[in-house]
Amino acid sequence: MSDKLLLEVENLQKHFPIRRGFLQKTVGYVKAVDGVSFTLNRGETLGVVGESGCGKTTVGRSLLRLIEPTGGKVTLHTETGKFNLLELNQTELKRLRPRMQMVFQDPMSSLNSRMTVGDIIAEPLVVNNICKGKELNDKIASLLEAVGLRANDTRRYPHAFSGGQRQRIGIARALALRPDLIVADEPVSALDVSVQAQILNLLQDLKSQYQLSYIFVAHDLGVVEHISDRVAVMYLGRIVEIGETRRLFTYPKHPYTEALLSAVPVADPRVQHSRQRIRLQGDVPSPANPPSGCHFHPRCRYAAEICKREVPLLREVAPNVFAACHLASELKLQGVELLHTAPQEGK
Amino acid sequence: MSKEQTTPESPAPLLEEEQEADLGRLSYRQLVWRKFRKSRLAVIGGVILVTFYTLAIFAEFFAPYDYQHDNVRLQYVPPQGVHFFGEDGFHIVPFLYGLKQTKNPESGELTYVADRSKTYPVHLFHHGDKYRFFGLISTDIHLIGSEGPFYLIGTDRMGRDIISRIIYGGRVSLTVGLVGVFLSIILGSILGTVSGYWGGLTDILMQRFIELLSSFPTIPLWMALAAALPSNWSGIQVYMGITVILSLLSWGGLARQVRGKVLATREQDYVLAARAAGASHWYILMRHLLPTAYSHIIVIATLSIPGMILGETALSFLGLGIRPPLTSWGVLLEEAQRVTVVLNSPWLLIPSLPVVLVVVAYNFVGDALRDAADPYAS
Repeated sequence: MSDKLLLEVENLQKHFPIRRGFLQKTVGYVKAVDGVSFTLNRGETLGVVGESGCGKTTVGRSLLRLIEPTGGKVTLHTETGKFNLLELNQTELKRLRPRMQMVFQDPMSSLNSRMTVGDIIAEPLVVNNICKGKELNDKIASLLEAVGLRANDTRRYPHAFSGGQRQRIGIARALALRPDLIVADEPVSALDVSVQAQILNLLQDLKSQYQLSYIFVAHDLGVVEHISDRVAVMYLGRIVEIGETRRLFTYPKHPYTEALLSAVPVADPRVQHSRQRIRLQGDVPSPANPPSGCHFHPRCRYAAEICKREVPLLREVAPNVFAACHLASELKLQGVELLHTAPQEGK
Repeated sequence: MSKEQTTPESPAPLLEEEQEADLGRLSYRQLVWRKFRKSRLAVIGGVILVTFYTLAIFAEFFAPYDYQHDNVRLQYVPPQGVHFFGEDGFHIVPFLYGLKQTKNPESGELTYVADRSKTYPVHLFHHGDKYRFFGLISTDIHLIGSEGPFYLIGTDRMGRDIISRIIYGGRVSLTVGLVGVFLSIILGSILGTVSGYWGGLTDILMQRFIELLSSFPTIPLWMALAAALPSNWSGIQVYMGITVILSLLSWGGLARQVRGKVLATREQDYVLAARAAGASHWYILMRHLLPTAYSHIIVIATLSIPGMILGETALSFLGLGIRPPLTSWGVLLEEAQRVTVVLNSPWLLIPSLPVVLVVVAYNFVGDALRDAADPYAS
C-alpha cells in the first residue's frame, strides 16, 4: 500500500501576471511556483515548509486546481487509471474532485457562518449527489463523531464552536467524500499550541482509519517534523530540498534548510545554548524579480561564483534526499537532533 | 465547605450548557434581530415607520377627508383647534366651532374667525366622504371626523384638508422609495455580482460606467429624464416612470458595494472548499455569495430609501415628478413654493415634517441594521 504512487507532480508552475495601468497591461509575472516536482505515495504524509510567500499555499491550491496552474503536470493515480489533472475539462475534473480535498488554515473563514454545521458537512455530498435524506443525516452524524464532535451538533452554527472545534468541522467536510488525498494548508497555524497537538493527533488517527495521504503545508518545523514522513523545503517558488524527515532534519543538505533548522527551538537549554544560530541576511527577494542562478545565493553564506550564474537542479545528494545546491556534496551542514523529545509530543 | 463546592456541580453546568447550545442554534437572522432590538433609536425609527406605513395603507380610513375633497369657500383655513371647554362649560366630546370668513377689501386677503354660535362635535368612526376600501368594500367610515370644518392643520388654496392630503401623499412618497429601491436592488445585485465574480473586462467596463453615471449632476439629469416622460401619461404612469428613473440612477452605488462584498467573499476559504468539492458557479453564487451579500444589500437598501423619498420630493417640488391630481409630499410642498403663500399660510410647510421624520427613521433603522449585520463581532 505505502509504495503505491498516488500523485506525481512535474514542473508545476504558477505565474501570476502583474497588471498595471488603465488597460491592465501585463508588465511582468510573479513566479509564485516555478518548477516544483515531487511524488507522493499512498499513505504518505509530505510536509511542505518555507517562509511566508515562498509559494507553498499556491502549490497546494494548484494541485487541486483551485488556482489554475500556468504549466506542468499533476498525475493522479487511481484504481481506474492515471489522470493528468491539469488537462482535464471541468466535467472530468468534477468527477475526480472527490479524490482530493482540502483543509484550510483559518477556521473562521473556512466555514460559512450562515450555514449550520450539518449543512456545511453535507455540502460536498449534496453537490456530488451522493446521498440525501436520512442517509445524509446518518453520514453527517458519523463524520462528526469521527472528528470528535457530537452527532447532535448538526443544527448548530459555526459561531458556537471554538477554533479547534471549527477545524474539526472543516476536517469532517474534507472527509465527507472519502478522499485519497487531503491537502492541509497550515491546518494548525491558527490554533493554540494545546489544540494544535489535538488536531495533529486527530489527523494522524484519521489517516490510518481512512487510508489517507496528506500534503501538509506548514511553516512550523516542529509540527511538520511531528506529522510528516517526508519533507519538502521551499524557497521562492522552488523546492530546494526534499527528503525523508529524519534525514532532512539531522543532515540537511541545503544551506537554506540549515538556516531554517537553526531557528527551531530545542527544549534542552544546554543544547539550545551551544547551538549556532544562523541569521539570514536581508529579506526574501521579490518573486517578481528573483535573483539570478540559485535564488538563495544573495543570502547564502556559502555562496560561490557558480551560484550566481547557474540554477542548481534538484538532484539526489544522499539516499532519498534531493537538494538543489551546487555545493551540496561539499558542505558539512548543521542539523538538529530529532524533536521527538520536544514538548509537542507530551501533550 | 467541601460539600458546597461539590454539590452545585451537577445541575449548574448542565443548565449553562443548555443555554449555550440554545445560542448556538440561533441562525444568522436571529442573531441580527437580537442585536438590532437592543438599539433604542432603531426601535423608535421602526415605530415611526410602521405608523407612517399603516397610515398610508389605510389612508382612506385614517384621513378625515378625501384628498380631493375641496371647498372653495374655505381656502387657506389656518389650523383649527379642537375644544373641550365652550361657553357652556366642559364637554366630554370635543367639538369645533364654525368658521366665519371675512375678506379684507383692500388686499383681498381671507381671514377666518371662529363662529361661536355653531358647534360641531368630533366623532370617532365618522360617516364622511365615501370611498371603496381597497377597491372592494364601499363605505364612508373615517376614524375621526366632524360635520364642521375639521381642519387640524389647515387647508390649502383649494380648501382641501392638509392632514388628509399628507396621509394620502404618504402612499406615493413612501412607496416610490420602496419600489425604486426594489428595482435598484435587482439591478445592483445582479450587476454587482456579475462584476465581482467574473471580474476582468466586464468588471472594468461596469465600474467605469457606474462612475460615469454617478458623476452626472443629478438635477439636470432628472429634468432630462422627467422631460422624456410623455405629458399625456396618467398619474400612475408618471409615478412608475419616476420610480424607474430614480432606480436607474441609484443602482450604481449598490452594485459597487455588492461587488466589493462578492470580491471579498469569493476569496473566502469556504468558497474554495465548495469549489474543491466540485460545486458549480451557480451553486456558489446562490448558496454562498448572495446570502453573504444579503445583509449588506438590506442595509444599503434601507439607507437608500430616504434618498429615493427625497428624490421624489425634490422632483415633484420642481414640478417634474408626480403631478396633481395625484398627490405626494413633494406635490404638497410645491404649493408652498411662493413666498407670499408661506408668509400668509405657514401651515402649508407642515408636509415637510413627515419627510424629515421618515428620512430620520429610515436612517436610524439602517444604522442599527448595519451595526447588527455582523453579529459575530463581539
